[in-house]
Amino acid sequence: MRPDSHEIYGRRRSRNLGVGLVLAAFVALVFAVTVVKLSEGAAIGHPEAGPPRSQLLPEGGN
Amino acid sequence: MSETGWIENAPPREAQFGDYVELLKPRVMRLVIFTAAVGLICAPVPVHPVVALAAIICVAVGAGASGALNMWWDWDIDAVMRRTKGRPIPSGRVGRDEALAIGLTLSVFSVVMLDLFANHFAAGLLAFTIFFYVVVYSMWLKRWTPQNIVIGGAAGAFPPMIGWAVATGGASLESALMFLLIFLWTPPHFWALALFRNDDYAKAGVPMLPVTAGPRATRDQILIYSLILAVVAILPAFTAIGGPVYLAGSAVLNALLLRGAWRIWRREEAAAEADHHIVEKRFFGLSIVYLFLHFCLFLAEAGLRAGGVLAHLGWPVLF
Repeated sequence: MRPDSHEIYGRRRSRNLGVGLVLAAFVALVFAVTVVKLSEGAAIGHPEAGPPRSQLLPEGGN
Repeated sequence: MSETGWIENAPPREAQFGDYVELLKPRVMRLVIFTAAVGLICAPVPVHPVVALAAIICVAVGAGASGALNMWWDWDIDAVMRRTKGRPIPSGRVGRDEALAIGLTLSVFSVVMLDLFANHFAAGLLAFTIFFYVVVYSMWLKRWTPQNIVIGGAAGAFPPMIGWAVATGGASLESALMFLLIFLWTPPHFWALALFRNDDYAKAGVPMLPVTAGPRATRDQILIYSLILAVVAILPAFTAIGGPVYLAGSAVLNALLLRGAWRIWRREEAAAEADHHIVEKRFFGLSIVYLFLHFCLFLAEAGLRAGGVLAHLGWPVLF
C-alpha cells in the first residue's frame, strides 16, 4: 500500500483545509487593513498618532 | 522508525478542525463579537469598516483563546459536569498540551494584531481581559469562593469597552455603563442556572452560591442583584448613547426581569423541585434575551442618531 493512500490522510484533510482557509483569510485581512490605512494616511486621525510629518519639518524643510 | 512508522503510532481519533473551533467556545464568542461591535458602533468616532472588522475579529480570537485556556485549566471540572463533559478535552478529542499551546498562541496573536490594527489602549484592555478570565477567574476565584461569578463576570463585561476603545482610543462613562450592564447581569444569570444545575456544580466541587449558601440565599441574591441591575440598566438612557427608544425598551425589559426575580425569590425549594425549576429556567432564558435586546437598543439609538431622527426632541443627556 502506498503510504499516502492511508486513511489517516483523509482524516487530516479537513483539518489541513480549515487551517489553510484561516491563514488565507488572515493574509487577506492584513492586506485589506494595510490598504485602508495607507489610503487614509495612517498617521492622520489615528488616536495615538503624532502630528503629520509636514508639521514636524522646519519652514522650507523637505 | 520506518517512513510510515508514524502512521501506526498515530492516535485512533485525531482532532478535526471543528474540534479546535469548539475549543474556542464559539457560543461565548458570538456574544463577545456582538457586544464589542455594539461598543464600536455606538462610539462617537467613526471607524473604517475594514479596520472595525479586523478589530472585532481580534477581540473574538482573544475571547476564544481565553476559552481554550479555561478548558485547559478546568478539564477535571468539565469531565464531571453534564453540561461540559462533551467538550474537546474531557471527550479526548484534543489534548491538554495542545489546548494550552493554542490558547497561549492565539492570546498573544490577538493582542499584538489588535495593537497594530487599532491602538495600545484597546490591545491592553484585551490582554487584561484574557488575564482576568484565565488567571483571576479560572485559576483563582472559580474553585475558591462563591463570589466567583460576581468578580469573574468582569471578564465577560469588557468586550463593549474594547470596541469603544478601538474607536476612541480610551474609555468613557458610556462604555463603563455598558461594562456595568453585563457585569451586574452576570450573577443573577448564572445563579439562576446554578439553581437548576446545583447537583452538577456540587459534584464537581465548584463553590457556586447554591452549593455553599443554599438555594434560599441564592434566591435572595438574585433579587438584590436584579434590583441593582434594573437601576443601572436605565442610566444609559440619559447619556450620549441613549434616548427615548432605549428608555422605553429598557423599562419593559427591566419590568420583566424584576417580575422573574420576584417569582424566583418567593418560591420554596420544594415547589421548584416539584415543577423541575420551570420558573428558574424561564428566568435564565429571559436573562439572555434581556442582555441581547439591551444591546440591540443601543444599536437602534445609534441608527436613529446617524439618521438625525428624534434630534428635534432635545433629549436630556444628564451624564
